[in-house]
Amino acid sequence: MNFLTELGQYMVDNSSTMMALGIEHILMVLYAIGLSLLVGIPLGIIAAKFEKLAPVILSLTNILQLIPSLAMLAILLIYLGLGFQTMVIGLFFYSLLPIVRNTYVGLKEVDPGVLEAGTGIGMTPIQLLAKVQFPLSIPFLMAGLRVASVIAVAVACIGPYIGAGGFGKEIISGISLQSEIKIYAGAIPAALLAIIADLILGKIENRTKKRMA
Amino acid sequence: MIQLKNINKIYDDGFQALKDITLTFEEGKINVLIGPSGCGKTTTMKLLNRLTEHTDGEILIDDKNIKEMNPIELRRQMGYVIQSIGLFPHMTIYDNVAAVPKLLKWDKQRINQKVDELLNMVDLDPKTYKKRYPSELSGGQQQRIGVIRALAAEPSTILMDEPFSALDPISREQLQDELVHLQKSINKTIIFVTHDMDEAIKIADQIILMKDGEVVQQGAPNDILLNPVNDFVKEFIGSDRLEQAQGLPPLRSFIDEVYPSVTVSDSVADTIEIMVQNQKDCLPVVDEKENYVGSITLYQALANQQKTVEEMVDHSIDSYEETIKTEQVLQDNRLVIPVTSNQRFIGMLDQEKLLQTLHENFENKRGGQ
Repeated sequence: MNFLTELGQYMVDNSSTMMALGIEHILMVLYAIGLSLLVGIPLGIIAAKFEKLAPVILSLTNILQLIPSLAMLAILLIYLGLGFQTMVIGLFFYSLLPIVRNTYVGLKEVDPGVLEAGTGIGMTPIQLLAKVQFPLSIPFLMAGLRVASVIAVAVACIGPYIGAGGFGKEIISGISLQSEIKIYAGAIPAALLAIIADLILGKIENRTKKRMA
Repeated sequence: MIQLKNINKIYDDGFQALKDITLTFEEGKINVLIGPSGCGKTTTMKLLNRLTEHTDGEILIDDKNIKEMNPIELRRQMGYVIQSIGLFPHMTIYDNVAAVPKLLKWDKQRINQKVDELLNMVDLDPKTYKKRYPSELSGGQQQRIGVIRALAAEPSTILMDEPFSALDPISREQLQDELVHLQKSINKTIIFVTHDMDEAIKIADQIILMKDGEVVQQGAPNDILLNPVNDFVKEFIGSDRLEQAQGLPPLRSFIDEVYPSVTVSDSVADTIEIMVQNQKDCLPVVDEKENYVGSITLYQALANQQKTVEEMVDHSIDSYEETIKTEQVLQDNRLVIPVTSNQRFIGMLDQEKLLQTLHENFENKRGGQ
């Protein structure tokens, strides 16, 4: 109990710092997810349209995912230097696989009858993609987005190692100062952030699913 | 008019799906392509909107070769209804029906009007249904939307690929009836693929029966039922339907040929005598050449014993020529039925014989089920 009040006291005293760290954490994730949507959706579409390229694209993104996060960030550090951007790029690589794979699967899962109807009434391949296939794959994309966001929130916690901010800063300085309160002050908001992202995106995912059923 | 001339379709693996098909689909009629699975009926249909390309031969629509037309535009000019219905699940009913008009960039007001008109045509209230999603409709309602989506851009030709076979039997019957009814008002050329002979007989103006990539027989449903060209056709139609189509024996087999008759020159008194002897209350009257002229009833004869038969003939009682179908006579529902052959009286229809046959037919059918 005593510990909890201490923690609360600490967070209130440092509210402006905590706020700044939180914003930085969220921004890193948002930039990375935005970037991976921008790159991942077209990659997923290409994989779905050109079956021969699918294994190449999917295994490349898979490999990116398999590299241990600290190793990946260290390698990026060599080329991109310290800072916020390096972290965004790292997170971007991490969220790429769920986005690409889910876009690909979503496009592949569209009922062939619906596609035949679309072609049969005279849609061009582009119209078919834009008006039928892609909208119908959105529930899958949303599921991918959810997974990607949760991963990104978690990985962002090691940001301070390469000079980026976020809640990780509190955790790491807590480790060096051997301050439990600092560790918790970083870990609890980071975990909450992941849970909130998961809940909100899960809700959106369900809503898109309901409309398609 | 849609013509197929010497169409061959050979797949890359060498399989020949269609062999030298030459066909004409009748304009403004329901043309049914039917046959066992793998006979090439769906392939033939898909050639028309170029979802499948033929290997050689030519397909002419209003004398234009479809290979020279843009496939996208060709498809927009043709309605397309498929077995799996294929409504766009993420679009409202309105957007589904409006799909082709939107592709053709009609203005909003015209699209709206058209959608309302079409929904009314299939008895779905536009106010209730326009904003709904396909998943909120029953299977039968969904396929109604499928059909009107095909009609939306006012195409002259509609392709239907087993559109009703995934529906429950009641909805299927209803939609078949509606299609026949609809066709009378919209008058499109419909190419309809099915494997269900009952469906084909019910809706078709022309049936094209296929087997192994070839057309086996082509003609009106009755033609095919009455004159199947070979054993395959007979088997495909099924013995039940063949018997039903061939119907009752000819009128001649129900005639009582020893039925008495009187001539116009006989006296009414003699006529009464004959009636009493034979226990008949109505006699046919013939002239000198034995041609039927009318009938005389006992009631009339008794009331006018002084007159001649010629004066008393009731001309309103018509005779039937023996060539007429027995079913036709049954429909007229008359008691006295004189039968003639080239106007010569040959006998009275024996109601008892006819009833006996009807009864036997009925028993057979019941036993067969």
